[in-house]
Amino acid sequence: METSELVDNAVPLSPVKQARAISIAILAMGGEGGGVLADWIVDLAEHCDYLAQTTSVPGVAQRTGATIYYVELFPEAASHEAGKQPVLALMPVPGEVDIVIASELMEAGRAITRGLVSADRTTLIASTNRVYSMTEKIAMADGRVNSDALIQSGREKARRFISQDFARMAEENGSVISATLFGALAASGTLPFDRKSFEDAIERSGVSVASSKKAFSAAFDSTQQPVVGSAERSSVSFRKAGPLWPFVGRIQSTFPSQVESILLPAIQKLAEHQDLQYVQEYLDRLEPIRDLDRQYGKRGDFGLLRETARYLALWMSYEDAIRVADLKIRRSRFERVRKDAHVKDDQLVVINEFLHPRVEEFADILPAGIGGWLLNTKWAHNFVNRLTKSGKVLHTSSISGFLQLYLVAGLRRWRRGSLRFRRESRRIASWLGQIRELAPADYALACEVAESPRLIKGYGDTYLLGSRNFETLMTVISRLRRSPEPAARLRALREAALADDTGAKLADKLREFNLLPGGSS
Amino acid sequence: MAERFFTKEVQTLYLGAGQEFRGEGILAVTKALLQSGISYVAGYQGAPISHLMDVLTDANHILKELGVHFEHSASEATAAATLAASVNYPLRGAVTFKSTVGTNVASDALANLASSGVTGGALVIVGEDYGEGSSIMQERSHAFAMKSQMWLLDPRPNLPSIVDAVEKGFALSEASNTPVMLELRIRACHVHGRFIAKDNVRPKFTLKDAMENPVRDASRVVLPPGSFLHEQEKINKRWPAAQNFIRENKLNEFFGDGRQEFGIILQGGMYNAVIRALELLGLSDAFGNTQIPLYLLNVTYPLIEDEVLRFCCSKRAVLVIEEGQPDFIEQNLHAILRKSGVTTAIHGKDMLTMAGEYTAAVVTKGILKFVETMAPQLIDSGKLPTLARPAKQPSVTNGLPSNSLPILDQQVQPRPPSFCTGCPERPIFTALKLAEREIGQHHVACDIGCHLFSILPPFNIGAHTMGYGLGWASNAAFNTDETSKRTISFMGDGGFWHNGLTSGVGNAVFNQSDSVLVVVDNSYTAATGGQDILSSQAENPIRTTRQSIADAVRGVGVKWVKTITRTYDVAHLRDVFKEALTTKEKGPKVIVAQSECSLNQQRRIKPLMKKRMEAGERVVRERFGVDADTCTGDHSCIRLSGCPSLTIQPNPDPLRLDPVATVIDSCVGCGLCGEVAHAARLCPSFFRAQIITNPTKWDHFKARVRAAVIGFLQSRHERRLSQISA
Repeated sequence: METSELVDNAVPLSPVKQARAISIAILAMGGEGGGVLADWIVDLAEHCDYLAQTTSVPGVAQRTGATIYYVELFPEAASHEAGKQPVLALMPVPGEVDIVIASELMEAGRAITRGLVSADRTTLIASTNRVYSMTEKIAMADGRVNSDALIQSGREKARRFISQDFARMAEENGSVISATLFGALAASGTLPFDRKSFEDAIERSGVSVASSKKAFSAAFDSTQQPVVGSAERSSVSFRKAGPLWPFVGRIQSTFPSQVESILLPAIQKLAEHQDLQYVQEYLDRLEPIRDLDRQYGKRGDFGLLRETARYLALWMSYEDAIRVADLKIRRSRFERVRKDAHVKDDQLVVINEFLHPRVEEFADILPAGIGGWLLNTKWAHNFVNRLTKSGKVLHTSSISGFLQLYLVAGLRRWRRGSLRFRRESRRIASWLGQIRELAPADYALACEVAESPRLIKGYGDTYLLGSRNFETLMTVISRLRRSPEPAARLRALREAALADDTGAKLADKLREFNLLPGGSS
Repeated sequence: MAERFFTKEVQTLYLGAGQEFRGEGILAVTKALLQSGISYVAGYQGAPISHLMDVLTDANHILKELGVHFEHSASEATAAATLAASVNYPLRGAVTFKSTVGTNVASDALANLASSGVTGGALVIVGEDYGEGSSIMQERSHAFAMKSQMWLLDPRPNLPSIVDAVEKGFALSEASNTPVMLELRIRACHVHGRFIAKDNVRPKFTLKDAMENPVRDASRVVLPPGSFLHEQEKINKRWPAAQNFIRENKLNEFFGDGRQEFGIILQGGMYNAVIRALELLGLSDAFGNTQIPLYLLNVTYPLIEDEVLRFCCSKRAVLVIEEGQPDFIEQNLHAILRKSGVTTAIHGKDMLTMAGEYTAAVVTKGILKFVETMAPQLIDSGKLPTLARPAKQPSVTNGLPSNSLPILDQQVQPRPPSFCTGCPERPIFTALKLAEREIGQHHVACDIGCHLFSILPPFNIGAHTMGYGLGWASNAAFNTDETSKRTISFMGDGGFWHNGLTSGVGNAVFNQSDSVLVVVDNSYTAATGGQDILSSQAENPIRTTRQSIADAVRGVGVKWVKTITRTYDVAHLRDVFKEALTTKEKGPKVIVAQSECSLNQQRRIKPLMKKRMEAGERVVRERFGVDADTCTGDHSCIRLSGCPSLTIQPNPDPLRLDPVATVIDSCVGCGLCGEVAHAARLCPSFFRAQIITNPTKWDHFKARVRAAVIGFLQSRHERRLSQISA
């Protein structure tokens, strides 16, 4: 989310009753600098002749949980005039908060759902970065919430909405988010203090002043001149007359343009995975699906072809040891590691892989005959099992470690004869067969079948569970077709399979649809 | 070494008469203690008064200068018992702990103390952990004051009032020979404000004087006939004495227009919320000049009958604003009015809420309801605050109908606290999860501490928690030879020394339990902010540390004891769990799982690393990573870890829809990711990057050779790719 924005719902502030405190709520996650920000604001205010009061309820929320800091400011002059100290609140009142600062997008959403943000009063300063909740992270597929909905509600609910990825900006300036948020607060002009006073507060705090001020300025400037960028898209480019060029031509001339966004990255992936012949096979396998979609699909959509193309490409480029090795030894990968770990030029980096292949993974890349023998011969199986009992830490950036992976990657040229290749080819064929058979009769169901390989992913036990679930779905299709809304039910089954990693939810659904082995339908 | 340092802040404790103090509530309390001339102070950490203990620790040298003895008590019971010093001698002392949980633990000593009565002022400062931010069951300290006849102060939540309450509290205690409880709510403990300081006072009568001239008075001992005498004393002498003191010193306050024929009676702690509510309803200004008369109870127990009658008799009705339940004060007021035949109506829980925190919103709505029935003309319905306005139909903001809120609700998920990055406790539960995959689920008891986060996703481990240090005790019933299945109990090092050694370990040995205890030993009471305890490994200048938990366990008779010194070794820990749960050997089994709390470790190590780097020494920093192109986005690694630094990111592969796992910069390289990838045979995507700063000549040489060979092969690989791709 590159975009930074400033939405001003030009609703005039309701005429303020005489002297009233300025209220500021800071929503952050524990240990995220919300306290620092609150302290800066207090120090700033007290040096600008304001009375300041801040409270928080850290408790165990300091342990990464959502927590809220609350600040109230009151002009000392008004206090002298009245000859009395103001009574400041210790917690925000819904609808009565002047400034809400959220260090993360879902926390901004939380502020809104808690009623702290009101269109007639509140300036909402939100960082658009996401710190994903546990619920989002542990989903077996994609459990992320909708960031656009969060941002849209910010636009609608706040009097002024200032949003930007303040976390990234802080990182880019070698600082922390409290500094950039402080800068945005200064730039918002919602507090009666000038920029200098803000920066002086940072000075007085005395810790990593330089980097904090750098980040502060960056946020201050970009908040005043919002820059509208665009989210980066990964796109593939092809050399004219490069080896894949003919296939690009074939795609553009014989396949609908709606699926190019899938087909182009797909052929690149498959070429790298195996060879040009493999790309040929890929497109050949898709042609009948294309024709079926033209004939039975909703016009212009090509959903069946798109999803079949997607999952066929992913399936054909299955992750065996050869592919993993091939990806890990690339120069581009070494460079990526340096970049991600922020390795400076005068520093060296050592890369260690954590590998724990099982007998099955060895058998997979062996010639089908030997692989099968290894799996079915008890003593051989046990022997290899003992060798692979404990995981291996492979030192890829050392010559010996690199060579091991390099040689495994080199097995590519014999992959077609490997046990796994044979197995996957068989399964792919029957899956495509299913689709071809279903499409004319029940296009929607065929689409669901096309999407079902989404279940097959991961390695080891995760892979086994996924494959098992996939097979289960494929076997119940014939009976599904005799039940109402087979497409909707197959989708429901797929979602159930992705709802937990024990298969329990899938079993429940199968029972519900009366599809358990032996269950009559 | 605690999580927060107050070394700079404690300098403000030196402030003298007339100077302005600026700072946090708990720091103000400490200053007030010194201004009151205490001789000793003790306590047990726990939110919201953890910082008070940290302040006292960092202020120890200042306390010593004033002849004040400070103790980190072994438990709240120890702290409360410490007040015995004030029974026979004119010594002022204070203790502090989290309430109500700490008060539960302390109540045996408190009951004895309250029975004996005190000569010197005794102050019990309880951090009322109630409402938002609370981590415990929702109860009130009020009940303890009532049952033991101690007086309960609930001052207005501003620094001058809190400081005044401390000073008057001691005086009240001495005037009535009764220990006094001072209740501070969470926000009051952390509130930043100002007050005008007084000079610190060195006690005239010191601990030395007492120890060198011991006195005793058998009638102060809780044993018949003393105990019966004490009860009479409480009612006939101490109670009236307290009431006189409270009345004469005007500890309770009256505000606002006395002629109004209705008013509000409130706890001192509720003052700011009530004034804000009145302000929003146009019934007060920001300075508390209210149109509604207030009777404010800075002392919530006992109530002063004649003050109550004076306030109520001229009024049709009063609204009681009393947070929490049962509604002790409201009931008490009913009794006072009925007995004296005053017909003033009492409202309270009927207009606010019976249970739950009295937020500004709740209070505002309650007062609005009350005033609308009493004098609707006072309310300008056109100027009602947003929260009191009738709910609007789909509002229209800047042109478009705002229908995004219903959607929004689904986008906002709860974000409970969880194990920190690098936490050594997380791998313990990863290992247990893996062990249970092989040998099935077991009944697991939790305890108080960070490890309690195991009940949340992704671990979902643990069935109950019965209180600090009571993890193993809470599984005592599951002790039968009708099954070979064993239970597992967890206990932190904090809970272990607090009471677990006897209530759990001793009990299990004595009753020949055949179950498993896991002592999570991270060298601190981590959840309360990383304070030191007996088994802490840190050198602590004022405390004795480095006592072995394993030795203590053996000392009370456990034979099967295993110590794991690196909890990140998941595979090993998993096997130890399996052995403990399946071994033929009967009897109590204890696993001591040791690794230092990551928060504290990082705080210790980061500066050292920085220094060594700047000094040009060779430093190796480790962090983990995930190869996005081999990760398939099934997230099973996250379901076994839950580390904040192991998260997800959009899939760079345009063909894939599911986000991939990623390790962000906050990673401290604890190693769990790799251990899990191995132990659970997850996936080959994890790698550990070792970043070498200030490499040696040998490092450089190796790097050059490797670059040459590897670079050559990588170029070949690239050529091959370019022949078939792009």
